[in-house]
Amino acid sequence: MSARILTKRELIPGMTSQMVLHAPHIAHKARPGNFIILRVHAQGERIPLTIADADPASGTITIVFLVVGKTTARLNLLHEGDVIPDVCGPLGKPTHIERKGDVVCVGGGTGVAAMFHIAKGHYLAGNRVTAVIGARTKALLLFHAELSRFCAEVSVATNDGSMGVKGLVTDALAERLSRGPEVAEVVAVGPVPMMQAVAEVTRPLGIKTTVSLNTIMVDGIGMCGACRCTVDGEMRFACVDGPEFDAHKVDFAELRNRLEQFHGQERAELERFKKQFEVAGG
Amino acid sequence: MAAKKKIASRIAMPLQNPAERVRNFREVALGYSLEQAQAEAARCLQCKKPACRAGCPVEIDIAGFIASLAKGDVAGAYAVLREYNSLPAVCGRVCPQETQCEGACILGRKGQPVAIGRLERFVADNFHALSACELLTGAIACPQPLEGARVACIGAGPSSLTVAGYLAARGVKVEVYEALHELGGVLVYGIPEFRLPKSVVKREIDALRTLGVEFHTNWVGGNTFTIRELFVWGFNAVFVGVGAGLPRFLGIPGEGLVGVFSANEYLTRANLGRAYAFPTYSTPIFPAREAVVVGGGNVAMDAARTALRLGAERVTVVYRRTRGEMPARREEIEHAEEEGVRFEFLANPLELMGDEKGRLTGLRLERQALGEPDASGRRSPAPTGECFDIPAQMAIMAVGARANKVLLEATPDLSLNRWGYITVDGTTGETSIPNVYAGGDIVTGSATVISAMGAGRRAAKEIARRLGIAEGG
Repeated sequence: MSARILTKRELIPGMTSQMVLHAPHIAHKARPGNFIILRVHAQGERIPLTIADADPASGTITIVFLVVGKTTARLNLLHEGDVIPDVCGPLGKPTHIERKGDVVCVGGGTGVAAMFHIAKGHYLAGNRVTAVIGARTKALLLFHAELSRFCAEVSVATNDGSMGVKGLVTDALAERLSRGPEVAEVVAVGPVPMMQAVAEVTRPLGIKTTVSLNTIMVDGIGMCGACRCTVDGEMRFACVDGPEFDAHKVDFAELRNRLEQFHGQERAELERFKKQFEVAGG
Repeated sequence: MAAKKKIASRIAMPLQNPAERVRNFREVALGYSLEQAQAEAARCLQCKKPACRAGCPVEIDIAGFIASLAKGDVAGAYAVLREYNSLPAVCGRVCPQETQCEGACILGRKGQPVAIGRLERFVADNFHALSACELLTGAIACPQPLEGARVACIGAGPSSLTVAGYLAARGVKVEVYEALHELGGVLVYGIPEFRLPKSVVKREIDALRTLGVEFHTNWVGGNTFTIRELFVWGFNAVFVGVGAGLPRFLGIPGEGLVGVFSANEYLTRANLGRAYAFPTYSTPIFPAREAVVVGGGNVAMDAARTALRLGAERVTVVYRRTRGEMPARREEIEHAEEEGVRFEFLANPLELMGDEKGRLTGLRLERQALGEPDASGRRSPAPTGECFDIPAQMAIMAVGARANKVLLEATPDLSLNRWGYITVDGTTGETSIPNVYAGGDIVTGSATVISAMGAGRRAAKEIARRLGIAEGG
């Protein structure tokens, strides 16, 4: 089905945008952890994007994306009122959420958006949620205000120290874990190195840790195997077995290599696209 | 004894020249002219008890359509075909005729069987001038939808399209829900353009649309909606034709390396994503100088020939048995050979090797020897202990599929067999849930387009019967 863009907000100009889409059938079924696959135009590729929020009452879903390739660059050229021709979902297994006490949700970069939906789910299930979010600098920090609405605390780490702890999210996470209250689960969504670093912080402490893997996907319904990853020595498909897995069992090195499979072509295409757009834009 | 009448050899199919076609994605087999088709049709003996018909999973009146064609009556031939088959242009191209109709043809005992598949293709291709109603029902006006009869199909592949065609032609309102953005299932994501042009699939689907079939893309059965909801929405029956899907791997070391793909991914990128037209189309595909395809079926042939067309200099198909046991259509194996695909028979991958960056560098294979026949009747390969390596930057695994669980997990009351496929009543196609039918690969595991269509036809007949529609065709 297609979906109309109701609102578009550039969170970080030219880099990260948030869109609210009218997609009632998806909104009705979407749970934290789910994602969609979309195509921007008739010659477009299928790309997965996490559902950052869903509202069945208004029939809307929210997506947040970082401009990384031609497709996200093209998506970012769309405006309110435009229609995305193909939006498919919700996909993937929802996050396992139950009432368990204290949960820490760690988000980095655009991953904060995906983490937002999961944190909200944990909050609605009666958990006390601590959000730990990071960015290079204060201006690039996402969802701080939104998370503050229901999180017991929001810890911030910035590389330049312009807000919160100067350093990485793992520094802020370690700080939170060192002082209690005791944490039942840590959830981390963000770049692979960040998720891997979070896993190494919690591993010695024996805290259950869940990561949402942003693998390459084509169909997103368990047909192609592009998203396969190794978890606990076994081949799993992130699109139907995941996208969430036990962080302490994921083979991050393999994941990192596989994510780079098409980088050469993608980078060249993005450059070409940017040039084309600049020329067209005069 | 009278001199034996010499059986004329079958009319050769005009083909694109191998050196040329390996550089394009256009259809390899160019099709007969009317003269060629009539000459080939004239070879048919018009047997009283045609064995070919018994060899066809949908029991097309083959002698009947060939008799019309021999007289030059293409329209009459089409009317006969269409009574049995909603996708003749597709079947004429992708059915394994050598093991079905043509395999049973009496002429094949002493010479070459009638080229039934090529004739079917000719008739279908040369008969799309009429309106879809006429094509499908033979009547000028489309049948009005029956009051209150609504059927939903999940998946838009060959089995569902057959159900839709059969029922829509009888006045049933059919809606098809497809998870991908394009209709046709394996016909568009799996089978390459050079073997089955998408325009052919589109034509058959447009005919269904004109009949009133409604299509919904990007709807994932089990996620966007459930079977239960379809009944709440007012459907009287549901047909599940979601295919097998989930790709198999070998479970050997190195399958997580960069450059290792399932045939499903490779072909989906190339066909559904039109990666052969990158960057006009945005889907990228992995470039490799040396590619290895593991498997011996049609999917392996399709992947190997696609890799050649996308610029690989050396493509090798690795198969555990010998050429004689390969399940691929003969014609595809021959075409692949003509195009320069190499074959490494009696070889089984033990390991995929990579460099320090996790990229594939080659495969370690073990030489096999054929032993006794296994359950499938084919002689099983046995390891010999002799190993050798071949270099490759890309390996494509075409070793079959498993049941895709997305819809099945969302429908816990659907009975499955021990391999995870849906169990159905063999005659009606009905599942453990009343008025829910299933057919195609999700019931049988990976099989052929025509067997999926046969299953669709059986289910459609039963649905029609229960809806009180008189049987026919």
